[in-house]
Parts: sequence; C-alpha cells; structure tokens
Amino acid sequence: MARVTPIDTAYFKGERAGDFAVIGSAVPRSDARGHVTGRTVFFEDMTLPEMTHVKIHRSTRHHALIDRVDVSGALEVPGVLRVITHEDVPNNWYTVLRLIGVGPDDEPVLAEDRVLYRGEPIVAVVAETEEAAREGAARVAVGYTDLPAVLDVEEALADGAPIIKQAGTNHFVYEGHHCRRIRFGDVERGFAEADRIIEGRYSSSPIEHAPTEPTGCIVVPQGDGRLRIHTNTQAAFFTLDNTALILGVPPTSLRVVGGTVGGGFGGKVDVIVEPLACLAAMLTGRPAKYVFSRAEEMQVSSPRAAERISIKDGVMDDGRIVARKITLYVDAGAYSRHSPYGTTKAAAHMPGPYTIPNVHVDAYCVYTNRTPSSAMRGFGVTIGDFALESHMDHVARELNMDPLRLRLKNAYRDGDMKAHRKIASGTALVEVIQSAADLVGHDLPPEYRAMSSTERSEG
Amino acid sequence: MPSTIVTIELNGTDRELIARPSTTLLSALRETFGLMGAKRGCAQGGCGSCTVLLDGRPVVSCLIPVVTVDGSAVETIEGLADGERLDDVQQAFVDHFATQCGFCTPGMIMSATALLNRKPDPTRQDVTEAICGNVCRCTGYEPIITAVLAAAERRRGDPAVPTPTVPTPTVPTPTVPARPAPTEAEV
Repeated sequence: MARVTPIDTAYFKGERAGDFAVIGSAVPRSDARGHVTGRTVFFEDMTLPEMTHVKIHRSTRHHALIDRVDVSGALEVPGVLRVITHEDVPNNWYTVLRLIGVGPDDEPVLAEDRVLYRGEPIVAVVAETEEAAREGAARVAVGYTDLPAVLDVEEALADGAPIIKQAGTNHFVYEGHHCRRIRFGDVERGFAEADRIIEGRYSSSPIEHAPTEPTGCIVVPQGDGRLRIHTNTQAAFFTLDNTALILGVPPTSLRVVGGTVGGGFGGKVDVIVEPLACLAAMLTGRPAKYVFSRAEEMQVSSPRAAERISIKDGVMDDGRIVARKITLYVDAGAYSRHSPYGTTKAAAHMPGPYTIPNVHVDAYCVYTNRTPSSAMRGFGVTIGDFALESHMDHVARELNMDPLRLRLKNAYRDGDMKAHRKIASGTALVEVIQSAADLVGHDLPPEYRAMSSTERSEG
Repeated sequence: MPSTIVTIELNGTDRELIARPSTTLLSALRETFGLMGAKRGCAQGGCGSCTVLLDGRPVVSCLIPVVTVDGSAVETIEGLADGERLDDVQQAFVDHFATQCGFCTPGMIMSATALLNRKPDPTRQDVTEAICGNVCRCTGYEPIITAVLAAAERRRGDPAVPTPTVPTPTVPTPTVPARPAPTEAEV
C-alpha cells in the first residue's frame, strides 16, 4: 500500500550542516532566572491593601436535598463581610465546554436545592482574614435529606438506578445516543470467523494532579470599573468567557492576568475559583482572594476520571486480530466539566494503533455522585492505552506468542482506514517497535525486521 | 494573646515586625516583608515550597510561629544572588535545566544551600536526602540532583566546571546487555 503522505527527506537534508544557531545547542530557559531568584510572580505573590478572603462551606453528603441553609452563624464571626449563595450568582448554571457548543448547562456555581457530591460548594464566605473566612464557612448550617448515592459507573446505568441528573439520564447524550459509538465492519461476523475469543476487563482509579501550587486567584477591582483576575488557570480564555457568562457581564469588563502556573497537568483548566472571587470583589468593592487549601485541592479539584474498559477480541491462531469490541465507561463524577470531550477522545483512540477490520466501541460518559473529573495529561487516551496494551500482552500470553511480534503483525500502516474513518498517515509504530527491540536486545525474525510502516507485506 | 514585636536578622539586615501568636514565619516573609520567594504550597509542612534557612538550618516556614524565632537569622532565596550575579547553586539550576514550573525551586535551592554549607563535598545520596522534603510534582528530581552536585564542585573551586553545552541527559542511553530472545514459552 502506498504511503499517503510521502516522507520529504529533502526538507531536513541540511540539518547537520552546522548553520543552525539553536537546534542542537542548549538554550537556557527564559523563565529559569526568575525561578531561581524567587522573582517569578505567581498569582499569590502579591499583598494588596484591603484584600478579602473567600472560603467555602461544602456539602458533607454525596447526594442529598438541601432543606435549609442558615448563614446567621457565619455573619456573627468578627471579620466576616458577607456570604454568597446561589441567589447572588447572576447565571448560576454553566458547563465549561458550552463555549464549543456542549450542553446542557449542568453544574451550578453554588448548590441550589440539592448536592450531587461530597465537597460541592454551597455557600461562599467573604472575610477580612483567611481565618475569619474559614471560621465563617464552618459556622454555616445546612440541613439535608439524604438521597441514594450512585458511586459506580455500571450501577449508574443499571435498570432502576436512581437518576441523579436533572437532565433525566445518568449519562451524557451524544447526538441522541446513550454513548459515543464507533461501528466499523461487522464485529459479530469477525468473532464468528475468529479462531479464539480473548476477553479482558481493565479499570483505573481517579488520579489527582496534586500541583505544588494550589488552584486559586486574586481579583482586583480596577479604577476603570473592570475586574483584574490574577489566576493560575491553564485556560485563560475558558476562564474569561465562562466567568463573563456566569457574571452576566461583557468579557471586556474582565482582564485575566495569567500564564504562570505552579504545576497544572490539566487540573487548572476548569473554571472554579474565578467566578466566586469576582463576585466577592463586586459585592465588597475590594480585592478578593480564593485559593484552595491542600485538602480542597485533594478532595474537590477534579481528578483524572476513573475508567472501566472491557475488551473482547476475535483472534486468529497466527496472531491477527480480526474483531475488537470495546465497552468503555468514563466516570465523569457529578458534573460534565471536560468529560464529554474526554470520552469522545477515548472512543476515537480505540482500537489502538492497530488495524482491525471489525470494531465496535461503546464509550459512555457516566455521571455518579463522585467528585467531578476533568482534564489531566492525555485524558481519554492514557487509561485507554493502559487497557489496550495490557490486553495486547494478555492476548500474546494466551497465544503463547512474543508480544512484540503480536503488535508488529497488527500495527497500523500508512493508508489503513482507522475505525473512526480517518486514514492512517505518518505512522511509525513498526519502526518504533523494531528500534525498541534492538535497544533491549530482543531478537526479531527476518520477516518481522523487514516490516515497514509504509507498506504491508501480507494481507 | 497580644501581638508582640519580633526582631529577626533577615538576609543580613535586622528587621522588626509586629506579630500575632498565629503569624507564621512564612506569612511574615510574604505579607510583612514582601519577600515572595518562599511559596505556600500546602501550609502543613508537607511540600517544602516554603523552605528557608533559620540560623543556617532548613525549615518549613509555614509551620513556625514567627514569635518563636525572635533574635534568629533567616535567609531566603532573595538573599542568595549578589545583585544580578547568581550564586553557584542558582546558576547550576539554570545551567542544568533543573527548573520546570518553578514553584518548588526556591525551597529546593534553600535545602540544597543548607546541605552545601554543612557538607561541601556531598554524595548523590546526600543530595537526595537533603531534598527529600521538597516536592517537585513536575518530577524533575534528576536534573535537580545533578545541579546540586555541579554547584558543589563549582563552590569547591574545582577546575572550572564547564557550563554544559547540551542538557545533561537524565536517563542514560540504555546499554542493556543483549539477552537471548524469549522462547515462545516465556512470553
């Protein structure tokens, strides 16, 4: 099969000619000097006159109706300036990805009549000092009626499971479908033709990014009436636009100052602290700081989603995989955040970098009463690869076959049609495996050595 | 309890502040003196981002009430450079690409400085132990250890340690001895 994108070897011909000033030499990082002198300015590195502090009273229940909220205890704490409830938030409902057309708005900035996860924010307390804000938040009293909690993705989708979402389903709806689906070839025919069926089930836990610098921001009312938001967001424009929509103000009335992030890894792309800090600044006319404690960072900030992935392969005795059926559950937790997108990414990543003629994928974005999950380094793909490659090893063991040869035999080549209807191009898996085999002294027979990503020798 | 006046020698200069019993050394540095180099990462002594030297010893300043260190000498990251001239540890961190996000860097450098003051010729193990209370979540420990060892050499005046022209590889090219291919039964 011809390579779809021919390699243009002429382009890099002069690379070693020696006239590059940067490529091949070590260039000092432009930010290193600031880092080693302590002069790099992170969002919290400022002390402002009249600065106020925001702390949150959070749900102590996984799933409950809120019967009453009593803030009088908070207001009695010396130094507490005011409390903020959902009634103070101009547009309380949002979802981060509505900026790219994802809906519905399924998450409240502050809880209204119910909470869907332990740690969900209910009341924000604004005070003169951090201590007073913390004390005020602790003095808020909330009465609950507990509802049955759903803490497992498959239980959430089972018949008769309590529906936890107001939209009416415990899963995200993809264009009218209950999951993100990929249909390629005929997987049942593939299973019928296969010599063997080999199945596996893989699961992962949520993973917290645990940045050394906690998520936070400082909002300063400017003389021109705009709010200046010093933040460690990884997504300045998600923050700007979502905050403006929540506050019901034009984006031009906000100014985001960011770009310096003390560790993010995807954990700072949600829009959590800025809207409430802006509200605190608007309601008091003073600078407001809202920064997660370490405990909040660990419990409340969104982790990488837990996933559960079942793989069923139809395999020929010579190692060719002729059918692969995957059921994948992403635990979004209580709210969407970036999980509908992550689940689509997970589906598109299946069935891995292998050419399999019959593929069937059901990828579910599932809501549970757990901490909302969101972005983290390659989310949607990382855990999928763990499952896929664990399964490839499992198949190799079952067939009593060298795992590298199994992968070489099934590796995609340039020109192959992938399950989600994109043509593979610029592939290099065959060559990478061959090089890796060399590095670890793993012998490959000549026919495997001769394989190439640009052509398929057999089949 | 009432506030009290506390005197510390801060980066070589005597400074006074009025402190409440709950004021930490970290808050005093950041909020009273405006020295923002020491970072607040966890506020519970777990991450080392707020490390400064107290009478030469590395401490997590977020756990120390400033009233308890009256009369002590405190050194922070801001006290290391001589004007625009970086000290050996700082320069080594730049040269060896020992920074990523930079949040742990000041604390890391203060722990390393304390080690080199105490032990000019540390082993790799010494360096590892000295920074074991400093969390780098970007996981760049290897270049950090390399930088501290390079700084130690530079400080000892060993024949000018050259600035590397390429980043020191953190993982050597694998030279795994060839081994027989696994038999079909093994794989």
